[in-house]
Amino acid sequence: MEYKNLFYVLAGVLFILGLKRMSHPKTARSGNTVSSIGMLIAIVVTLAYFGNLDFRLIAVGMIIGTIIGGLFAVKVQMTGMPQMVAIFNGFGGGASALVAAAEFFTKVGTPSQTHYLMGTVGISIFVGTLTFTGSFIAFAKLQGIISGKPITFPGQQVFNGIIALVMLASVVALTLGTGNMMLIITVVILSSAVLGITLTIPIGGADMPVVISLLNSYSGIAAAAAGFVLLNQGLIISGALVGASGLILTKIMCKGMNRSLVNVIFGAVGGEVEGAAAATQKLNIKSYSTEEAAMIFDAAEKIIIVPGYGLAVAQAQHAAREVADFLMEKGKTVLYAIHPVAGRMPGHMNVLLAEANVPYELLKDLDEINPEFEDCDVALVLGANDVVNPAARHDKSSPIYGMPILNVDKSRTVIINKRTMNPGFAGIQNELFGYDNSIMVFGDAKVMLTQLLADLKEL
Amino acid sequence: MIDVITIFILAMFIGFEVITKVPPTLHTPLMSGSNAISGISIVGAIIATQAGGSVGTWLGMIAVIFGTINVVGGYLVTDRMLKMFKRK
Repeated sequence: MEYKNLFYVLAGVLFILGLKRMSHPKTARSGNTVSSIGMLIAIVVTLAYFGNLDFRLIAVGMIIGTIIGGLFAVKVQMTGMPQMVAIFNGFGGGASALVAAAEFFTKVGTPSQTHYLMGTVGISIFVGTLTFTGSFIAFAKLQGIISGKPITFPGQQVFNGIIALVMLASVVALTLGTGNMMLIITVVILSSAVLGITLTIPIGGADMPVVISLLNSYSGIAAAAAGFVLLNQGLIISGALVGASGLILTKIMCKGMNRSLVNVIFGAVGGEVEGAAAATQKLNIKSYSTEEAAMIFDAAEKIIIVPGYGLAVAQAQHAAREVADFLMEKGKTVLYAIHPVAGRMPGHMNVLLAEANVPYELLKDLDEINPEFEDCDVALVLGANDVVNPAARHDKSSPIYGMPILNVDKSRTVIINKRTMNPGFAGIQNELFGYDNSIMVFGDAKVMLTQLLADLKEL
Repeated sequence: MIDVITIFILAMFIGFEVITKVPPTLHTPLMSGSNAISGISIVGAIIATQAGGSVGTWLGMIAVIFGTINVVGGYLVTDRMLKMFKRK
């Protein structure tokens, strides 16, 4: 009787209970604690039940990991959360690949080398390595180390296809277990690493929420695969939970953009679109000062704030909340409209606004808020672009046609803050800016909001 | 082998059921929290150090580092975020 498996199941149960408590902000924090207790149990049981462990190396590894992970967790700014989750996905995938590789080097050429073992090792290394390199590319894009624009080269699809075939063939060869195993495992690792890179570089900035969700799912699948290698229930249960979580988020993100997963991965949307400059000239834009905007706010009863990635870049979440607080003190209604793909990861805007002490009851999702625009006096769009482009509703030629958008144009007045007239990440111009009820206030979101608040106080 | 596949499939279903109930407001903490859970590979990493001074042991140790980053960083940052979610 393997008692340790009972403890792994207990850990799994605690993970599930923890995730269950994530269904409400009130219980979520305790849920995270429950989940971490599950992890502690899994680790302690492993240390206690397995003999012949190298405790010194484990201790050194854990100390190094704790310092690095702890520093990341404490230092990261809320605006930088997408990068951090991306890099953590990478470490998770990397850890699983290393576990499988360790098993390979220990068992290869011994009587323990079976087809099952080598097959699962191959799959585990493939998913783990792909997650590792893909996540680091996603991190580099989000951090601005490499361009957020899609990077494409001629024959990319064919190249990916060939690498994928090489990878598949090498995993099959590994499973068969004959031939030069060291050479085969090297090919598995290299081809998976290259695939992780070439599948991630063509994906544009605005599609990052999908990619991060997908890599999140992969990191879970990689852990489960390592569980299959070691026949360890703990890894399989936890990996499956994370895999499912990532898949659901991926699906929600794809739905938020009305795109298929295949289109996101192979579409390379977000490059330079021809004719975008010409479209700008046709728009009749009204540019107002913050003073004029303040007067419009003063006359308004109901205001909806629409935050986008520009708000995160400008670190303007606190300034936005201060303006909202002032308006609410004057007896006005203020709500926040959060599009599913606003920002660079699922729920990005919610975390930023929570950081600025905006109560979560005021944050409304797409379905809740869209009817509210009908009787809204002012919609304040802060650094959002594609998610408020009405072309998505009617212009069949638009790349974002069919994407569910926030109907800000239904408001009496739309005040749009942008730094410049540059198009959004989908690379297309927004016809909303030229609408009769639209007013542009140019400038950095934080500077603009601070000035707006000063002007409001002077009225 | 059938056993582990059964466990995997059932766990996936539970995952789907539980996670569809998470509201969009909490999607970022959900992600970093589930990220911490995927640090469970640390269990495999610990076991890998059994190999006794060979390549496997060292790979296991690097995996322990990676897994710990995931576990510690993931849970801490999730807690930091969830602490901020407040009512009126």
